[in-house]
Amino acid sequence: MPILVDEKSKVIVQGITGREGMVRTQLMKDYGTQIVGGVTPGKGGEEVYGVPVYDTVEEAWEKAGPIDASVIFVPAALVKNAALEAMDAGVKLLVIVPDRVPIFDVIEISHLAQQKGARFVGPNTLGLVSPGKAVLGMIGGRAERAKEWFSSGDIGVSSRSGGMTSAISYYLTEAGFGQSTIIHVGGDAVVGLSHPEVMELFEQDEETRMVVMFGEIGTTQEERVADLIEKGMFTKPLVAFIGGKAAKSGTRFSHAGAIVEGSRGSYESKVERLKRAGVHLADSVSDIPKIVKKLKSSKGG
Amino acid sequence: MARLFEYQSKKLLKDAGIRVPEGGLAFTPEEARQIAFRVGKPVVLKIQVWLTGRADLGGIRFAESAGEADAVAREMFGMKVGNFVVDKILIEEKLKIKTECFVGLVIDDAKKVPLLVFSSAGGTGIEEIAREHPDKVFQIPIDILTGLRDYEVRNLLRKAGISGTLLVQLSAVLARLYRLARKYDTRSAEINPLVITESDLVVAADCHLAIDDYAVYRHPDLDIEVAREFDRPPTRLEKIAYQVEENDHRGTFYFLQMEEELFPEKKYIGFHGAGGGGSMMSMDAVLDKGFKLANYCDTSGNPSASKVYRAAKIILSQPNIKGYFASGSGVASQEQYHSARGLVKAFHEENLEIPAVIRLGGNFEEKAIEILRTYLKDIPATVEGYGRDDSPESCAQRLEELTEKSKSVHAVRPVKLQDIPEDRYFFETLTGRIFIDHQKCLDCQTKGCVEACSPGILKIEEGKSVLSVPMVEAKKGKCTECLACEIYCKFHEQDAIFIHLPIPGLKDYRARFVQKPE
Repeated sequence: MPILVDEKSKVIVQGITGREGMVRTQLMKDYGTQIVGGVTPGKGGEEVYGVPVYDTVEEAWEKAGPIDASVIFVPAALVKNAALEAMDAGVKLLVIVPDRVPIFDVIEISHLAQQKGARFVGPNTLGLVSPGKAVLGMIGGRAERAKEWFSSGDIGVSSRSGGMTSAISYYLTEAGFGQSTIIHVGGDAVVGLSHPEVMELFEQDEETRMVVMFGEIGTTQEERVADLIEKGMFTKPLVAFIGGKAAKSGTRFSHAGAIVEGSRGSYESKVERLKRAGVHLADSVSDIPKIVKKLKSSKGG
Repeated sequence: MARLFEYQSKKLLKDAGIRVPEGGLAFTPEEARQIAFRVGKPVVLKIQVWLTGRADLGGIRFAESAGEADAVAREMFGMKVGNFVVDKILIEEKLKIKTECFVGLVIDDAKKVPLLVFSSAGGTGIEEIAREHPDKVFQIPIDILTGLRDYEVRNLLRKAGISGTLLVQLSAVLARLYRLARKYDTRSAEINPLVITESDLVVAADCHLAIDDYAVYRHPDLDIEVAREFDRPPTRLEKIAYQVEENDHRGTFYFLQMEEELFPEKKYIGFHGAGGGGSMMSMDAVLDKGFKLANYCDTSGNPSASKVYRAAKIILSQPNIKGYFASGSGVASQEQYHSARGLVKAFHEENLEIPAVIRLGGNFEEKAIEILRTYLKDIPATVEGYGRDDSPESCAQRLEELTEKSKSVHAVRPVKLQDIPEDRYFFETLTGRIFIDHQKCLDCQTKGCVEACSPGILKIEEGKSVLSVPMVEAKKGKCTECLACEIYCKFHEQDAIFIHLPIPGLKDYRARFVQKPE
């Protein structure tokens, strides 16, 4: 069973009549995602590729609900309200695709999500895909490519870089290893589901046997994954690659950041913490399938 | 993070009701004298740069009188520190310090809340102080909806051993700092040191605010020119690039110069990434080969061909680079041929001589590589296209071999404006203008531009290629600036189409590198 979304999930698109919203609705449908409606205030009654458009999320819920997930394609300045609207209507999973969402807006979204028991992926995310079942967001581009690049299997993929999410999954597919769920957690400093939260979901998922993680410098996500492992809360084999080795280190946000986080966030800190927790670190992305293969064969498949 | 200078930050603090030292900003020694005179007490002169540890760099000095302030300012103006040349000095009364505290606001990415950090010991070396005396450091996570309540601050300060009028004064400062941070969408806000003077006044002696790049649009009053994180003022070329990004919201374009002066004997290359993660991985690959990056650039998120074109033109405004490396994640979701066309147009206009390795893996990479191969075979440079099954390491290796062989060094060309007759047919696009020479259309056999046009907005009328939608629609974005019509016509037909995509400021910028005729 994939995490978060499958072919039975009922999905709406907020901002369905916009440039990206329209194109992506078609692509998600082509892949097999069950898009039951779209929302654009003032355009209720219209259709986009056969998908009915509603004025509000509440209306979509009444007419096409219950809704499992909403994919948000509205301009960054309107994201906060769109997300709050969806959660207020009862939607428990949001995929916030736009980038440049102000950080205090993300914190407000997170606050309501905690109150409502909802989750969100992003902002600044390509989305997620459960291969062969459903895609939320824009990952993979055209459906036929997405079908070629991602294959269903037992490896979970979590990445902070959009492009690398597809790249890693493609290289795994090429090497004969399918994926359970592929998720781009988003590139911003504060995201809804970060690596450790995704690891917890993969831990609970019976069909995910191994996880590949693409980390980057900045934030404490990868260090917190190491914490989880040491606490025994994530027990599956984990292969990780950390990007940004050559990036300038020492560009610190602030003294307060350094006081609170210590050395966490740097390339060295992440690699050192993950190694200590027993994570298998890849030196280059092309090593990932090789490490996966070795782990698989040592475990007898 | 868009950083504010100390003087800008202090202005906002003052407006928020936080006490700052009396003083003003000087651009000349004479102004420094006047401000010192007005203050009427011993003053401190502080250079306005985004660097920490200014005191050790000679950037903080004291003066007893207005005359001395003038003399000291004379020595400080024009000083080169880090990437700054000192052009602004803040002159303030010298405080009589009893103790120094620290207060800062950060975003906790794990808890997803703002966090207020207070230390009863502050000043220079605050990070070491905090490490050695964790008992002096206190934090409050802040509820984003209710904000920071005064009693929460008082509870924190009481734990820090503060009482009496000081408790009242300090709690006001902390609460106001948070409100200010929230109002201006700061990504970070710090007062260090927060001074308690001999007369028991709480004064913000130094302050740093940085605004969330993504929220800069809410604060036009702050006059932030480039909403990006820099440890120096943006260069001229970066400002030009930033304008391109501002004027075209299709995809993201980020450009940063690693070096402003490039020496021809070194192995500099122009770097053009796509997507953060893929760019970093690609950057690691070329750095491993001993290349140096003249710049870092990232065009991603489904950029228009015209944006990729402009990015390439800006990268190629750097003299003395020896190669061009473009590489992203390798498995991009967007159609890669748009980027390929952008590069084709730019490389032709530049008549590129240095080798280029272009890794365009992802959707329709075969078509993208074919475009590079077909249309760039006649320029002096060798341009090679690669896809998702070619690693960044092997592409970096190829660039190394090609640069070794070619030995070319990039010379920046002047921006030449084409002479176009006034009666030439044209229509406006989102960021440019498409000219079609209808005389030449008459000799065209294939009318292939109509088919090449991806949004399908061209048609043939009396043997001439014209817009099939209202001109205003094309300008609003119906024309996606995919560049396919121009490339088709140039290489397969009459070279009748010219797409003018201006880059404001680039002509003047390049003029400084162009050799004057002897």
